[in-house]
Amino acid sequence: MKDGIGAPVKRKEDKRFTTGKGKYTDDIRNDNQAYAAFVRSPYAHAKVKGIDTSAAMAMDGVIDVLNGQQLTGDGIGNIICGWAITSKDGSPMNMGAWSALATEKVRYVGDAVAVVIAETQALARIAAEAVEVDYEELPVAAHIEAAMADGAPQIHDNAPGNQIYDWELGDEAATDAGLANAAHVTTLNITNNRLSPNPMEPRSAIATYDDAEEHYTLYTTSQNPHVARLVLSAFYNVAPEHKLRVIAPDVGGGFGAKIYIYPEEITCLWASMKTNRSIKWTSDRSEAFLTDAHGRDHVTTAHMGFDADGKITGFKIDTLANIGAYMSLFSSSVPTYLYAPLMSGQYNIQNIHCNVRTYYTNTVPVDAYRGAGRPEATYLVERMMETAAREMGMDPAELRRRNFVQEFPHQTPVLMQYDAGDFPKILQMAQDSADVSGFAARKAEAAKRGKLRGLGYSTFIEACGLAPSKAAGSLGAGVGLWESAEVRVNPVGSIEILTGSHSHGQGHETTFAQIVADRFDLPVENVSIVHGDTDKVQFGMGTYGSRSGPVGMSAVVKAMDKVEAKVKKIAAHTLEASEDDIVIEGGEVKVAGTDKSMAWHEVGLAAYVAHNLPDDMEPGLKETAFFDPVNFSFPSGAFICEVEVDPETGETEIVNFTSADDFGTIINPMIVEGQVHGGVTQGIGQAMLEQVVYDDDGQLLNGSYMDYAMPRAADVPSYSISHHEDSPSPNNPLGVKGCGEAGAIGAPPAVINAITDAIGTNDLAMPATPQAVWNAIQAAK
Amino acid sequence: MYPTKYTKAASIDDVLAALAAGEDAKLLAGGQTLLATMKQHLAAPSDLIDVRAIDGMSGVTTDGDTLVIGAATTHADVAGNADVQRLCPALASLAGGIGDPAVRYAGTIGGSIANNDPAADYPAGLLALGATIVTNTREIAADDFFEGLFTTALDEGEIITAVRVTAPAKAAYMKFRQPASLFALVGVCVADGAGGTRVAVTGAGEDGVFRHEGLEAALSGNWAAAATEGVSVDSDGLMSDMHGSADYRANLIKVLAKRAVDAS
Amino acid sequence: MTNINMTVNGKAVSGDVPDETLLSEFLRENLRLTGTHVGCDTSQCGACVVHVDGKAIKSCSTLAVALEGADVTTIEGLANGGDLHPMQQAFNDNHGLQCGFCTPGMIMTSVDMVNRYKAEGKELTSDAIRDELEGNICRCTGYHNIVKSVEDAASKM
Repeated sequence: MKDGIGAPVKRKEDKRFTTGKGKYTDDIRNDNQAYAAFVRSPYAHAKVKGIDTSAAMAMDGVIDVLNGQQLTGDGIGNIICGWAITSKDGSPMNMGAWSALATEKVRYVGDAVAVVIAETQALARIAAEAVEVDYEELPVAAHIEAAMADGAPQIHDNAPGNQIYDWELGDEAATDAGLANAAHVTTLNITNNRLSPNPMEPRSAIATYDDAEEHYTLYTTSQNPHVARLVLSAFYNVAPEHKLRVIAPDVGGGFGAKIYIYPEEITCLWASMKTNRSIKWTSDRSEAFLTDAHGRDHVTTAHMGFDADGKITGFKIDTLANIGAYMSLFSSSVPTYLYAPLMSGQYNIQNIHCNVRTYYTNTVPVDAYRGAGRPEATYLVERMMETAAREMGMDPAELRRRNFVQEFPHQTPVLMQYDAGDFPKILQMAQDSADVSGFAARKAEAAKRGKLRGLGYSTFIEACGLAPSKAAGSLGAGVGLWESAEVRVNPVGSIEILTGSHSHGQGHETTFAQIVADRFDLPVENVSIVHGDTDKVQFGMGTYGSRSGPVGMSAVVKAMDKVEAKVKKIAAHTLEASEDDIVIEGGEVKVAGTDKSMAWHEVGLAAYVAHNLPDDMEPGLKETAFFDPVNFSFPSGAFICEVEVDPETGETEIVNFTSADDFGTIINPMIVEGQVHGGVTQGIGQAMLEQVVYDDDGQLLNGSYMDYAMPRAADVPSYSISHHEDSPSPNNPLGVKGCGEAGAIGAPPAVINAITDAIGTNDLAMPATPQAVWNAIQAAK
Repeated sequence: MYPTKYTKAASIDDVLAALAAGEDAKLLAGGQTLLATMKQHLAAPSDLIDVRAIDGMSGVTTDGDTLVIGAATTHADVAGNADVQRLCPALASLAGGIGDPAVRYAGTIGGSIANNDPAADYPAGLLALGATIVTNTREIAADDFFEGLFTTALDEGEIITAVRVTAPAKAAYMKFRQPASLFALVGVCVADGAGGTRVAVTGAGEDGVFRHEGLEAALSGNWAAAATEGVSVDSDGLMSDMHGSADYRANLIKVLAKRAVDAS
Repeated sequence: MTNINMTVNGKAVSGDVPDETLLSEFLRENLRLTGTHVGCDTSQCGACVVHVDGKAIKSCSTLAVALEGADVTTIEGLANGGDLHPMQQAFNDNHGLQCGFCTPGMIMTSVDMVNRYKAEGKELTSDAIRDELEGNICRCTGYHNIVKSVEDAASKM
């Protein structure tokens, strides 16, 4: 099968992108288009005492200026967090009210208080500056420490001390005992730096109200248009679902930031009804920094105990997580169920306890960013292993080997049941590929050039394929996390796949076509993918958490099972053979061992003309399936990073980066490797370049590409990648595990472990900028 | 952007007339800083007067071993000019490291020094090279031209027309980039020649580009990287921000000066 | 409003635009050539790169009115009829794009890069490609396959 599973098929979607014919939200312009610009708070915490719109309204071309009182007055509901977390004392989380346009109070710089609708985008932005808001400034808590402090400003009335929940997972007493009995305990204080996701396409929305039909259409930059429609309908009361069409056309990257339903989409929909105009809003980059949900932002103290043989006896974690000014859609789950269950890593650890306290601060909301909780956990576990090995004088790879889970299934003390993997094998693959045995010689050679060379590991596990609905529901999720698919065989035999997954760079138009081509032995050109439009596609849950492969593709496989069964019935009936003897290959449906066959397209035609179908068969050839996974999938990997540090400047060059990954079955290695390249690069960005900085007044100090550094081509190396495919996931029909987040999850500790190895001190925080590395070298002198 | 009125000037007289007519007129050359500032509503000039089409404003000529660089010459044209590469390779290299290739096709030497961004590359280069800034009314030594943050000796209505640089015996520019903007976190230009031994630093000074007397004294008569070793670079008066503390910048000044001498 | 005339992708175009109109806005809004993207407002990201008189510049940092009479090529004008430019083909062949948003700017920058190196007779190494891409940010690919794409196209241009 030329274009089937495992083939590096070139992407079908590329031509429109390489010729400028992609269709992103901002490329769309409706007739008589009007434009929105938001009036945003310049203060991190203030009372809104009045809004004077007269100067803006007086401008020629300004259509309206709308505010939060009007919005809530029209019954638009508050923005919700969709995952309920219960504190360890049994109390529910303290969710503060979040109106799309602030009414009484603003809680972060960029919080929207009003929206200007005007004839041009430029005019809307100028008029927004002319809206005068009377603010009464309030004290600010811009960081976790400030929010926790005695007498801290109260950000939401229903969250005393700004705490949202105090949650735990694992057995504290057993873990304390494990630590007490340890021969060695390693302690780390770790900050996981706050990041801005920065998909290159800024968010955008175009909302159009049809007053004759009382119907809304929203084009938006979304990873999950159906979830957007559901939430807009059920919670924000914009319109019932059947009166609201949400379309996510080509979307220029997401990385989590485009999962959520933001104030801007809600406001544009509502404003389109208020003004009876199609309303377009496109963020510029500065606005994106102020309003796109950020990621990470944890402060953690952890202890890991080891016995005399280097076996882990206990792992205790105390984490503080910054949620920002409001609880974004999945914000509560990220530092809890997407975090603590990963604390076992690739290791057999009997005793784990993780306590997490989350706080409001006067900053933009924090939610899932590529990896979401799992990078934070992995960074902690893998820096712990490397640091412990150094403290105990052990080879860090050997310490890992002594603790690897070797038998599957493996139940961890933190909820997860690992289903398949081969951790020693992938570590060995990475070590061979990275030529670890030659490292000492390379280090000596670098020293002659005045460079400090270091090598660091990260052997990590993910929980992907979000998620078994029942399990997620029992842990507080407000939705199920299955996926849907419809497989339509047309009368001419071509195939359309309607999927609830959404591609914003992942290449679904190619990979989803490959699994169909593989199954029915057809060219990929004969298969097209339909996604991203709630009017075309049945309800689906969208793309995040490396779920499109394990969950989305599995739904397609289930639907193909049904199609195949019907195809075989039709062929058996037509060819007068037994269904059991029918095989599909080479574009034909054949009776095995005979020369009797039908062309694939003849079966399609037979199904639709329905002149000669079995008596009890309905016409047509189209099947729908929903797939709900029974478990997470557990991709794993071993990364080895090798760096050279210039001790005079602290500048670090990554000279080698090796990854050995277990993603289970690989549909398209070219695309999978592309996901690893991109994920690792974002991980390197976190490790070496990126950090959102707020000052104590809650002003964002690096809200543009002039100050927020992301990896450029010269900041990263060429990557060396290998795959282990011998431990497929047993819990989905293709055996896939998901590959979208591995790089971002696994890379940061590998980089920091390498740099700390090079400079000879463990005391180094992310991002390891030249200044930070130089400081660490000076401090260690 | 706020509305503005664009004028393409054909002569200095055109510029002066347009400047006089405009309420808050600004000169436009490559626009690589000004337009970004306008987009963010941080500037709203009533008029933009484009100086690039004025005869003689672009291009490089030579007068013996002196380069005369038109104010509207782009960074790419300075970097790629054979005379610049021959007489002052340090300046060609500096120009070739500004921003990125697209910025270098548009940005100009006159625009850069008129803006005098404290992290821009050209001010350090021109100060170390002892350049002369030629305007429509006078000639200004680089030592007198760069006055402070975004401040120069230019008077109202004074227009840079060219920059003159005399070939040094030895020179080099070393830059440590701020990783986001690609401006200099610290840039050091060292030069030795008829104008003496000069070391100029950009990106670091609280008052913008400056000459470092200690490094100049050490290198004067002893043009060797080792000569910088004993110099103490004081962090007083150096910028401190999220990209680098004053101490770190002080360290970089010394390291870059040493490496620049090595490279010269 | 100023009337401007230029050649875009080989065709004479004109329009009346406010003087503060950026080239990127003129292309996207007046000519509806939406392949040129805008990813930042400080001229770092490079999604907006087009060729003006043969040079790759950032259309978000250029006034349209300043380009009277200019010859502009955008991503839509790069292919020769039905034949993709070697750079476009190489990005497909080497998986040099994912979400596609930075891709037009990447391709236009890379075409200029290869042309310039060939004109100057310089060797375009992978390190040189990485340095030359300093004005173009991609958040998806990690650049690995973009570098491969440019190397591949350079061998065919």
